[in-house]
Amino acid sequence: MEKVIFYILAIIMVASAVAAVSSRKMLRSVVYLLFVLMGAAGLYFQMDYNFLAAIQLTVYAGGVVVLIIFSVLLIQHIEMELEVAGKYRQTISALICLLGLSVFLATIYAHPFEAAGVTTTTTTAEIGRALLSFEKEGFILPFEVISVLLLSVMIGAIVIAKGGMEIERPLMKKNDPEKILQKNTKEKTEEKIPEEKNRCLK
Amino acid sequence: MIPGVSINEILTLTSILFFIGVYGFITRKNLISVLISVELILNSSVINFVVINKYLYPELLQGMVYSIFIIAVAAAETALAVAIIINIYRRTGSVEVKETETMKY
Repeated sequence: MEKVIFYILAIIMVASAVAAVSSRKMLRSVVYLLFVLMGAAGLYFQMDYNFLAAIQLTVYAGGVVVLIIFSVLLIQHIEMELEVAGKYRQTISALICLLGLSVFLATIYAHPFEAAGVTTTTTTAEIGRALLSFEKEGFILPFEVISVLLLSVMIGAIVIAKGGMEIERPLMKKNDPEKILQKNTKEKTEEKIPEEKNRCLK
Repeated sequence: MIPGVSINEILTLTSILFFIGVYGFITRKNLISVLISVELILNSSVINFVVINKYLYPELLQGMVYSIFIIAVAAAETALAVAIIINIYRRTGSVEVKETETMKY
C-alpha cells in the first residue's frame, strides 16, 4: 500500500516538475511547482517526519510559492506567453542533463547502502532540544546564524524593493515606437537647421 | 523508512528532480522561471538529506536539522530574489535574462 502511494507521489512530482520547467505560461508553472513541493511534503509524511512536512507545507507551499505568485502578478501579464529557447539549445541541454543523470544513477546503484532496519519516531521535542543545545550534536550556533540571516534578508529586501530615487529608463525609451519616431524627426530638423545657417553665412 | 521502498528508488526520484531543475535553469530565459528551477534543485537536495538520515542513521537528527536550515535559507533567498527582480523590472522594464546586463547605476 505504501509502495503504491510512493509511486503515485513520484509520478505526480516528476510530471509536475517537467510541466513547471516547460510550461509557457508563468502562473501555471508556479502552480506546477506547488504540486512538486506538496508531493515532497507527502514523502516526509510517509517517512514519519511530521514536523518537517508541516514546515515544508507552511514555508514552501505557503510562503515561497505565494511570494513567487506575487512577483509574477506584479511583473508579468497573465496571458503573455514566455519566450522559449531554440530546439538546438533544448536538445543540447537535455542531453547534458541526461548525461549527468546517468552518472548520478550509476553512482547511486553502485554504492552499497546499508539501510538500518529499525524505525524510530522523531518527536518535535527532540528536534527543539537538538536545535537549542550547545553540547555535542547541538545546533545552537547555526540556529542563531540563521536568525541573523533572516533579519538581514528582511532589511535587505525592504531596501532593495523600495527603490528610492527616480531612475531613467533607457530600455523603455528605446522600445517605445512613438518616442523613437519623435526622436528621429527631431534629429532630422536639428540636422537641417545648422546646414541652413551655414548656407546663410556663406 | 517507507515499507517496501528502498533508498535507491527515492534517490533516483530526487536525482530526476534535480536534473529537471538544471534543465530549466539552462533553457529558461525569464528570471522568475530561473528562480522556479532553483527551487526545484533546492527541494530535491532537501529530500536527499531527509532520506539519507531516515534510512541510514534513523536515531540521529543531523539530516533533519540541516534540511530545516536549507528550507530557511531557501525562503530567504526567494525573498531577496523577488525584491531584486522587482527592482530590475522597475529600472529596465523587463525580466529577461539577456536584458539584465547592467550591474550598477
